Amino acid sequence: MTVTTLLEKATDTEAATVEFRGLRREFGPTVALDGLDLTARPGELLALLGPSGCGKTTALRMLAGFEHPDSGEVLVDGEDVTRVPAHRRDAGMVFQSYSLFPHLSALDNVAFGLRMRKVRTAERRSRAAELLELVGLGDKGGSFPHQLSGGQQQRVALARALALRPRVLLLDEPLSALDAKVRLNLREEIRRLQQELGITTLFVTHDQEEALSMADRVAVMRAGQLEQCAAPAELYGRPATAFVAEFVGTMSRIPGQVAGGTVEVLGQRLPVDGEAPAAAEVDVLVRPEAVRVKAEDAGDARVVSSAFLGAATRVTVRLADGTEVKADLPTHEAAALGAGSAVTLSLPERPVLVAERV
Amino acid sequence: MARSMNTAARSTNASARSTNRSVPVRPWRGLVLAGAALYFLVPLAASVIFTVDVPGEGVTFDAYTQIFGTDGFVSSLLLSLELAAATIAIVLLLMVPAMVALRLGAPKLRPVVEVVCSLPLVVPPIAFVAGIGTVLKWGPEHLSRTPLFQTFTAIQNPDFPFVLVLAYVVMALPFVYRALDAGLRAMDVRTLVEAARSCGAGWPQALVRAVLPNLRGALLNASFLTLALVLGEFTVAQLLGFQPFAVWIVNVSGSQAQLSVAVSVLSLLVTWALLLALAGFGGRSRTAPRG
Ligand SMILES: Nc1ncnc2c1ncn2[C@@H]1O[C@H](COP(=O)(O)OP(=O)(O)O)[C@@H](O)[C@H]1O
Ligand SMILES: [Mg+2]
Repeated sequence: MTVTTLLEKATDTEAATVEFRGLRREFGPTVALDGLDLTARPGELLALLGPSGCGKTTALRMLAGFEHPDSGEVLVDGEDVTRVPAHRRDAGMVFQSYSLFPHLSALDNVAFGLRMRKVRTAERRSRAAELLELVGLGDKGGSFPHQLSGGQQQRVALARALALRPRVLLLDEPLSALDAKVRLNLREEIRRLQQELGITTLFVTHDQEEALSMADRVAVMRAGQLEQCAAPAELYGRPATAFVAEFVGTMSRIPGQVAGGTVEVLGQRLPVDGEAPAAAEVDVLVRPEAVRVKAEDAGDARVVSSAFLGAATRVTVRLADGTEVKADLPTHEAAALGAGSAVTLSLPERPVLVAERV
Repeated sequence: MARSMNTAARSTNASARSTNRSVPVRPWRGLVLAGAALYFLVPLAASVIFTVDVPGEGVTFDAYTQIFGTDGFVSSLLLSLELAAATIAIVLLLMVPAMVALRLGAPKLRPVVEVVCSLPLVVPPIAFVAGIGTVLKWGPEHLSRTPLFQTFTAIQNPDFPFVLVLAYVVMALPFVYRALDAGLRAMDVRTLVEAARSCGAGWPQALVRAVLPNLRGALLNASFLTLALVLGEFTVAQLLGFQPFAVWIVNVSGSQAQLSVAVSVLSLLVTWALLLALAGFGGRSRTAPRG
């Protein structure tokens, strides 16, 4: 009931397109953003994924108006907002650290923005109560932040960010301070809310699992630049660069030799996916589920260890040259392969990703 | 979904509570407390007894009634309170925006500001007042034909010597700096301001609505310390020739032993009463009762 009124109101305003164009920002000697180009489509949840320090927060803060680019521009629906001050940006933000106003109750925290907009008291309280209901905290309106758990605080922060019906929702690692179970719950709920409200959302995270499971598209960043922006399945299945391949999911590197568009690896000759590097000595990048393991007494690879993951077991195998390769096997097959077993490895006859040897 | 979240939250709350469970009181705590109480209360009690117990007459409050009758009690106390109020207002108006700006804009300058604000602690009041005196004398001589001359006269008006406020602002800086710094340290100013700004608050509103309410304890502490400083300050006021409460006490009590002790006890009580009033005024519990 309360949700529907909010939804109706939300659909009144069209979801926004957000575009970063050539964003550059230096902090003294560190280059936080080095020409970032990125577009978020209307109504999608776009995850910004990357290792710590790659400029995700800086990019988000530029959209919020807390940080200004040295060059480049931020466009919302094609309009340059680079000069617009933060409080007129129409962007709701949830911060990594707990950011509720300690002196205000949950309800007043949510109503804060409405108060700034001079909404009448009665209307403001009823809207705030609605929003709290929406994030599942209808009964906590009178609680102060210090009386709420971390997960509850972030829910209130989410409600507060949504209170002004912003055109974009910005989430900067909102779950990273929470424990695992709460994190999973809240992750699902953020996604549900975002889809119901159809609001363009930028979600910063350094957790690839979080990004892959929640987002419509994932933008992988590295050293202030965009590496690849694609749907989760494509990112995982067809990573554009070696960096993406290794950052998203698990990847093993197996040495190989390139010759004329093919690569010689594990005694097989396989086509190279994409452009082959100039060097002859390369590493072939393989996912654990692509590696086949066969017990064979004559094999020169040895099982080092195995980790039970449920239906599958991840086996670590050491090749004759010392390289370690991870392979996922059905658990019943892996049971036969104790540590020290002699095995041979093979790859499916498909194009493989290669990267220069490091 | 929401219900499962709530139960999870409740269990984390419960565990937080169990880790906070108070440590059993150890006997030496009582000892320390008793020692401290003796140290403070015995001299105080002795003073009180001395003032009310006149040999041969029994218990009498003559010494106290005499104070209220003495000329200048009310006016000097009022003057001190006015000076304190002005000092608190000015030092807070000066320091709060400065320190918030320092945190947000130039955290590297913090040690510099800290040292500058601590200088009044190392400069002896005598040297300080000698400096002020020199300026006050030098000013009129050199500026007699400019409008600044009037300023010099105005700030030395004995009814409200603004020059004392200026001096007290400087002397209060170290205490105010520390009190505010502790308050700001306890919260994430940057995030609070940014949260307020993303909720549509401009800069001034973010400061007034998001930062100041959370600084209440620190503001109160700073006011406390400044009030105590101004009420008890003697050197500067005396040497510049003004008569606020502390100076009046010394002047009035010089001749009679019993009266002078009574005045000290009274000034102690007045100070306590004011501090309690300030605490009561500012300390209305922020965790309002909830159902
Ligand atoms: N206000 C700042 N002052 C100085 N350096 C900063 C500031 N903000 C960010 N940086 C630097 O810029 C880089 C990118 O930071 P950030 O965007 O926070 O990374 P991420 O969020 O991806 O971990 C880091 O090296 C960080 O140290
Ligand atoms: Mg970050």
